[in-house]
Amino acid sequence: MHTLDEFDAPKLRTDIPEFWVGDTVKVHVNIIEGSRSRVQVFQGVVIGRSGHGIRATFTVRKVSFQVGVERTFPVHSPILESIEVVTRGDVRRAKLYYLRSLRGKAAKIKEKR
Amino acid sequence: MATQTKTRKGLLGIKLGMTQMWDENNKLVPVTVVEASTNVVTQIRDAEKDGYVAVQIAFGAIDPRKVTKPRAGHFAAAGVTPRRHVGEVRTADAADYTLGQELSVDIFAVGDKVDVIGTSKGKGTAGVMKRHNFKGVSSSHGSHRNHRKPGSIGASSTPSRVFKGWKMAGRMGAERVTTQNLVVKAIDAEKGLIAVKGAIPGPKGQLVFIKTAVKGA
Repeated sequence: MHTLDEFDAPKLRTDIPEFWVGDTVKVHVNIIEGSRSRVQVFQGVVIGRSGHGIRATFTVRKVSFQVGVERTFPVHSPILESIEVVTRGDVRRAKLYYLRSLRGKAAKIKEKR
Repeated sequence: MATQTKTRKGLLGIKLGMTQMWDENNKLVPVTVVEASTNVVTQIRDAEKDGYVAVQIAFGAIDPRKVTKPRAGHFAAAGVTPRRHVGEVRTADAADYTLGQELSVDIFAVGDKVDVIGTSKGKGTAGVMKRHNFKGVSSSHGSHRNHRKPGSIGASSTPSRVFKGWKMAGRMGAERVTTQNLVVKAIDAEKGLIAVKGAIPGPKGQLVFIKTAVKGA
Protein backbone atom coordinates (compact mmCIF):
# COMPACT_ATOMS: atom_id res chain seq x y z
CA MET A 1 0.00 0.00 0.00
CA HIS A 2 1.57 3.21 -1.11
CA THR A 3 0.80 6.65 0.31
CA LEU A 4 -0.79 7.92 -2.85
CA ASP A 5 -2.90 4.87 -3.73
CA GLU A 6 -5.85 6.51 -2.06
CA PHE A 7 -5.33 9.67 -4.08
CA ASP A 8 -5.14 7.68 -7.34
CA ALA A 9 -8.01 5.31 -6.55
CA PRO A 10 -10.89 7.44 -7.92
CA LYS A 11 -8.97 7.95 -11.17
CA LEU A 12 -8.55 4.23 -11.85
CA ARG A 13 -10.88 2.73 -14.43
CA THR A 14 -12.90 -0.27 -13.47
CA ASP A 15 -14.38 -0.99 -16.90
CA ILE A 16 -11.15 -2.34 -18.40
CA PRO A 17 -11.28 -6.11 -19.00
CA GLU A 18 -8.51 -8.39 -17.82
CA PHE A 19 -5.98 -9.04 -20.55
CA TRP A 20 -2.40 -10.14 -20.62
CA VAL A 21 0.61 -10.32 -22.90
CA GLY A 22 -0.07 -12.39 -26.03
CA ASP A 23 -3.76 -11.50 -26.21
CA THR A 24 -5.11 -9.90 -29.34
CA VAL A 25 -7.08 -6.82 -28.41
CA LYS A 26 -9.19 -4.19 -30.11
CA VAL A 27 -8.46 -0.81 -28.56
CA HIS A 28 -11.16 1.76 -29.21
CA VAL A 29 -9.46 5.13 -29.06
CA ASN A 30 -11.39 8.37 -28.82
CA ILE A 31 -9.91 10.93 -31.19
CA ILE A 32 -10.90 14.58 -31.04
CA GLU A 33 -10.56 16.49 -34.31
CA GLY A 34 -11.44 20.09 -33.71
CA SER A 35 -14.98 20.07 -32.37
CA ARG A 36 -16.04 16.55 -33.24
CA SER A 37 -14.75 13.28 -31.90
CA ARG A 38 -14.65 9.83 -33.40
CA VAL A 39 -13.57 6.38 -32.31
CA GLN A 40 -10.63 4.69 -33.98
CA VAL A 41 -9.94 1.00 -33.53
CA PHE A 42 -6.39 -0.23 -33.09
CA GLN A 43 -6.25 -4.02 -33.23
CA GLY A 44 -3.13 -6.01 -32.48
CA VAL A 45 -1.19 -8.21 -30.12
CA VAL A 46 -0.31 -7.03 -26.63
CA ILE A 47 3.48 -7.38 -26.54
CA GLY A 48 4.06 -5.95 -23.10
CA ARG A 49 2.51 -4.55 -19.98
CA SER A 50 4.37 -2.36 -17.57
CA GLY A 51 3.85 -0.37 -14.42
CA HIS A 52 1.35 -0.65 -11.64
CA GLY A 53 -1.64 1.35 -10.49
CA ILE A 54 -2.36 4.52 -12.38
CA ARG A 55 1.01 4.37 -14.16
CA ALA A 56 0.27 1.03 -15.83
CA THR A 57 0.68 0.92 -19.61
CA PHE A 58 0.39 -1.70 -22.32
CA THR A 59 1.90 -1.92 -25.79
CA VAL A 60 -0.05 -3.19 -28.78
CA ARG A 61 1.67 -4.25 -32.01
CA LYS A 62 0.03 -4.66 -35.36
CA VAL A 63 1.37 -5.02 -38.89
CA SER A 64 -0.22 -2.54 -41.20
CA PHE A 65 0.70 -2.62 -44.93
CA GLN A 66 3.81 -4.68 -44.14
CA VAL A 67 4.92 -2.07 -41.63
CA GLY A 68 4.96 -2.89 -37.94
CA VAL A 69 3.12 -0.32 -35.82
CA GLU A 70 3.31 -0.24 -32.04
CA ARG A 71 1.30 1.97 -29.75
CA THR A 72 1.63 2.26 -26.00
CA PHE A 73 -1.46 3.24 -24.02
CA PRO A 74 -1.89 4.02 -20.35
CA VAL A 75 -4.36 1.43 -19.06
CA HIS A 76 -6.41 4.04 -17.19
CA SER A 77 -6.32 6.73 -19.88
CA PRO A 78 -9.63 8.50 -20.47
CA ILE A 79 -9.00 8.46 -24.24
CA LEU A 80 -9.69 4.73 -24.30
CA GLU A 81 -13.34 4.23 -25.20
CA SER A 82 -13.10 0.53 -24.51
CA ILE A 83 -10.82 -2.47 -24.83
CA GLU A 84 -12.09 -5.69 -26.39
CA VAL A 85 -10.23 -8.96 -26.05
CA VAL A 86 -10.41 -10.83 -29.36
CA THR A 87 -8.30 -13.91 -28.58
CA ARG A 88 -6.31 -15.13 -25.61
CA GLY A 89 -2.75 -16.00 -26.55
CA ASP A 90 -0.57 -18.78 -25.16
CA VAL A 91 2.89 -17.32 -24.63
CA ARG A 92 5.88 -18.06 -22.43
CA ARG A 93 7.37 -14.57 -22.22
CA ALA A 94 6.35 -11.43 -20.34
CA LYS A 95 7.50 -9.23 -23.22
CA LEU A 96 7.04 -10.33 -26.82
CA TYR A 97 9.71 -8.11 -28.34
CA TYR A 98 10.92 -11.06 -30.43
CA LEU A 99 7.88 -10.57 -32.65
CA ARG A 100 9.57 -7.50 -34.09
CA SER A 101 12.07 -9.62 -35.99
CA LEU A 102 9.51 -12.15 -37.21
CA ARG A 103 7.28 -11.86 -40.27
CA GLY A 104 4.08 -13.53 -41.43
CA LYS A 105 3.28 -16.99 -40.09
CA ALA A 106 6.26 -17.02 -37.73
CA ALA A 107 4.87 -14.01 -35.92
CA LYS A 108 1.66 -15.84 -35.15
CA ILE A 109 0.75 -16.51 -31.55
CA LYS A 110 -0.75 -19.78 -30.42
CA GLU A 111 -4.23 -19.43 -29.04
CA LYS A 112 -4.92 -20.44 -25.49
CA ARG A 113 -7.20 -23.42 -25.12
CA MET B 1 10.09 49.76 4.67
CA ALA B 2 7.78 49.17 1.78
CA THR B 3 4.22 48.38 2.74
CA GLN B 4 2.70 45.16 1.58
CA THR B 5 0.26 45.80 -1.24
CA LYS B 6 -0.43 42.32 -2.57
CA THR B 7 -2.62 39.73 -0.93
CA ARG B 8 -1.01 36.32 -0.80
CA LYS B 9 -2.17 33.06 0.64
CA GLY B 10 -0.02 30.34 2.11
CA LEU B 11 -0.19 26.88 3.66
CA LEU B 12 2.31 24.57 5.28
CA GLY B 13 2.21 20.94 4.26
CA ILE B 14 4.03 17.65 3.91
CA LYS B 15 5.19 16.39 0.52
CA LEU B 16 3.63 12.97 -0.04
CA GLY B 17 5.14 12.15 -3.43
CA MET B 18 4.49 12.25 -7.13
CA THR B 19 1.86 10.61 -9.25
CA GLN B 20 0.00 11.43 -12.43
CA MET B 21 -3.48 12.43 -13.53
CA TRP B 22 -5.33 13.47 -16.66
CA ASP B 23 -6.48 17.03 -17.26
CA GLU B 24 -9.68 18.20 -18.96
CA ASN B 25 -8.07 17.73 -22.41
CA ASN B 26 -7.14 14.14 -21.53
CA LYS B 27 -3.47 15.07 -21.40
CA LEU B 28 -1.30 13.30 -18.87
CA VAL B 29 -0.05 15.64 -16.15
CA PRO B 30 2.67 14.74 -13.62
CA VAL B 31 1.68 16.04 -10.20
CA THR B 32 3.16 16.26 -6.72
CA VAL B 33 0.72 15.71 -3.89
CA VAL B 34 1.09 17.74 -0.70
CA GLU B 35 -0.83 17.02 2.46
CA ALA B 36 -1.78 20.39 3.95
CA SER B 37 -4.43 19.44 6.44
CA THR B 38 -5.64 22.15 8.79
CA ASN B 39 -3.30 25.09 9.30
CA VAL B 40 -4.12 27.55 12.09
CA VAL B 41 -3.47 31.25 12.42
CA THR B 42 -1.25 31.82 15.46
CA GLN B 43 -0.34 35.48 15.16
CA ILE B 44 -1.22 38.53 13.09
CA ARG B 45 1.63 40.95 12.50
CA ASP B 46 0.76 44.59 12.00
CA ALA B 47 2.77 47.58 10.84
CA GLU B 48 2.66 49.47 14.16
CA LYS B 49 3.83 46.72 16.43
CA ASP B 50 5.93 44.51 14.19
CA GLY B 51 6.89 46.88 11.39
CA TYR B 52 5.37 44.66 8.72
CA VAL B 53 2.05 43.04 7.87
CA ALA B 54 1.82 39.25 7.86
CA VAL B 55 -0.06 36.23 9.10
CA GLN B 56 1.68 33.55 11.08
CA ILE B 57 0.39 30.04 10.50
CA ALA B 58 1.18 26.75 12.19
CA PHE B 59 0.80 23.15 11.12
CA GLY B 60 1.42 19.57 12.21
CA ALA B 61 0.82 17.46 15.28
CA ILE B 62 3.32 17.48 18.12
CA ASP B 63 3.53 15.82 21.52
CA PRO B 64 2.64 18.61 24.00
CA ARG B 65 5.48 17.48 26.30
CA LYS B 66 8.00 18.37 23.61
CA VAL B 67 6.84 21.97 23.34
CA THR B 68 9.01 24.48 25.19
CA LYS B 69 7.28 26.80 27.66
CA PRO B 70 7.75 29.98 25.57
CA ARG B 71 6.31 28.23 22.50
CA ALA B 72 3.44 26.74 24.50
CA GLY B 73 2.61 30.23 25.73
CA HIS B 74 2.67 31.58 22.20
CA PHE B 75 0.17 28.96 21.05
CA ALA B 76 -1.97 29.46 24.16
CA ALA B 77 -2.18 33.18 23.36
CA ALA B 78 -3.67 32.27 20.01
CA GLY B 79 -6.01 29.81 21.68
CA VAL B 80 -4.80 26.77 19.74
CA THR B 81 -3.10 23.50 20.63
CA PRO B 82 0.66 23.49 19.91
CA ARG B 83 1.77 22.62 16.36
CA ARG B 84 5.09 21.41 15.03
CA HIS B 85 5.83 23.90 12.28
CA VAL B 86 5.32 27.65 12.04
CA GLY B 87 5.53 29.91 9.00
CA GLU B 88 4.62 33.41 7.92
CA VAL B 89 2.88 34.80 4.88
CA ARG B 90 3.25 38.48 4.09
CA THR B 91 -0.09 39.68 2.87
CA ALA B 92 -1.90 43.03 2.81
CA ASP B 93 -5.14 41.54 4.09
CA ALA B 94 -3.61 40.10 7.27
CA ALA B 95 -6.11 42.04 9.38
CA ASP B 96 -8.92 39.97 7.85
CA TYR B 97 -7.61 36.84 9.55
CA THR B 98 -8.55 36.00 13.12
CA LEU B 99 -6.41 34.30 15.75
CA GLY B 100 -7.03 30.57 15.85
CA GLN B 101 -8.70 30.59 12.43
CA GLU B 102 -8.40 27.29 10.61
CA LEU B 103 -7.15 27.33 7.03
CA SER B 104 -7.62 24.37 4.73
CA VAL B 105 -6.54 23.61 1.17
CA ASP B 106 -9.69 25.17 -0.28
CA ILE B 107 -8.15 28.63 0.11
CA PHE B 108 -6.47 27.70 -3.19
CA ALA B 109 -8.45 26.88 -6.31
CA VAL B 110 -7.68 24.59 -9.24
CA GLY B 111 -5.76 26.63 -11.81
CA ASP B 112 -4.06 28.94 -9.29
CA LYS B 113 -0.35 29.54 -9.66
CA VAL B 114 1.72 28.85 -6.57
CA ASP B 115 5.32 28.87 -5.42
CA VAL B 116 6.48 25.91 -3.38
CA ILE B 117 9.33 26.35 -0.91
CA GLY B 118 11.16 23.40 0.56
CA THR B 119 14.54 22.02 1.53
CA SER B 120 16.22 20.16 -1.30
CA LYS B 121 17.60 16.65 -0.89
CA GLY B 122 21.12 16.64 0.55
CA LYS B 123 23.77 15.26 -1.79
CA GLY B 124 26.75 15.42 0.60
CA THR B 125 30.14 16.31 -0.83
CA ALA B 126 29.71 16.52 -4.59
CA GLY B 127 32.19 17.17 -7.37
CA VAL B 128 31.98 20.07 -9.78
CA MET B 129 30.26 18.08 -12.53
CA LYS B 130 27.31 17.26 -10.30
CA ARG B 131 27.32 20.47 -8.25
CA HIS B 132 27.91 23.11 -10.92
CA ASN B 133 27.22 21.22 -14.16
CA PHE B 134 30.85 21.46 -15.34
CA LYS B 135 31.63 19.47 -18.45
CA GLY B 136 34.62 17.64 -17.00
CA VAL B 137 37.57 16.56 -19.11
CA SER B 138 37.57 14.47 -22.28
CA SER B 139 37.17 10.75 -21.75
CA SER B 140 39.92 10.01 -24.25
CA HIS B 141 42.51 11.89 -26.36
CA GLY B 142 45.28 11.36 -23.82
CA SER B 143 43.25 12.21 -20.72
CA HIS B 144 44.64 10.47 -17.69
CA ARG B 145 42.74 10.27 -14.40
CA ASN B 146 41.21 13.72 -14.70
CA HIS B 147 37.83 13.00 -16.29
CA ARG B 148 35.70 14.68 -13.62
CA LYS B 149 38.13 17.40 -12.53
CA PRO B 150 37.35 21.13 -12.82
CA GLY B 151 40.52 22.10 -14.74
CA SER B 152 42.13 25.44 -14.00
CA ILE B 153 40.96 27.42 -10.97
CA GLY B 154 42.82 30.62 -11.85
CA ALA B 155 46.09 32.25 -12.84
CA SER B 156 49.46 31.74 -11.11
CA SER B 157 51.64 34.29 -9.27
CA THR B 158 49.19 37.10 -10.08
CA PRO B 159 46.95 36.95 -8.04
CA SER B 160 48.58 34.08 -6.09
CA ARG B 161 45.23 33.08 -4.68
CA VAL B 162 41.91 31.64 -5.69
CA PHE B 163 39.10 34.16 -6.02
CA LYS B 164 36.29 34.05 -3.48
CA GLY B 165 33.10 32.40 -4.61
CA TRP B 166 34.92 30.23 -7.17
CA LYS B 167 32.84 27.21 -8.15
CA MET B 168 34.43 24.12 -6.64
CA ALA B 169 33.48 20.77 -5.13
CA GLY B 170 31.72 20.76 -1.77
CA ARG B 171 28.49 20.26 0.12
CA MET B 172 25.51 20.12 -2.20
CA GLY B 173 21.78 20.20 -1.57
CA ALA B 174 19.86 20.39 1.73
CA GLU B 175 19.23 24.09 1.12
CA ARG B 176 16.11 26.20 0.81
CA VAL B 177 14.76 26.02 -2.73
CA THR B 178 11.72 27.74 -4.23
CA THR B 179 10.00 26.33 -7.27
CA GLN B 180 7.96 29.08 -8.88
CA ASN B 181 4.72 29.20 -10.83
CA LEU B 182 3.39 25.70 -10.36
CA VAL B 183 -0.23 25.23 -11.33
CA VAL B 184 -2.66 23.72 -8.85
CA LYS B 185 -4.23 20.74 -10.60
CA ALA B 186 -6.46 19.20 -7.95
CA ILE B 187 -7.71 19.85 -4.45
CA ASP B 188 -9.21 17.38 -2.02
CA ALA B 189 -10.57 19.42 0.87
CA GLU B 190 -11.82 16.33 2.68
CA LYS B 191 -8.40 14.70 2.96
CA GLY B 192 -6.52 18.02 2.92
CA LEU B 193 -4.58 17.18 -0.22
CA ILE B 194 -3.38 19.55 -2.90
CA ALA B 195 -1.80 18.46 -6.19
CA VAL B 196 0.50 20.80 -8.11
CA LYS B 197 1.86 20.18 -11.57
CA GLY B 198 5.52 19.18 -11.69
CA ALA B 199 8.19 18.48 -9.13
CA ILE B 200 8.82 20.29 -5.86
CA PRO B 201 12.03 20.40 -3.79
CA GLY B 202 12.91 17.83 -1.17
CA PRO B 203 12.24 14.21 -0.29
CA LYS B 204 8.87 12.69 0.59
CA GLY B 205 7.76 13.56 4.11
CA GLN B 206 9.44 16.95 3.85
CA LEU B 207 7.84 20.16 5.14
CA VAL B 208 6.93 22.46 2.25
CA PHE B 209 5.42 25.92 2.14
CA ILE B 210 2.86 26.60 -0.59
CA LYS B 211 2.31 30.30 -1.33
CA THR B 212 0.53 32.27 -4.00
CA ALA B 213 3.00 32.89 -6.84
CA VAL B 214 5.03 36.11 -6.55
CA LYS B 215 5.60 36.33 -10.28
CA GLY B 216 3.29 35.28 -13.09
CA ALA B 217 -0.15 36.64 -13.80
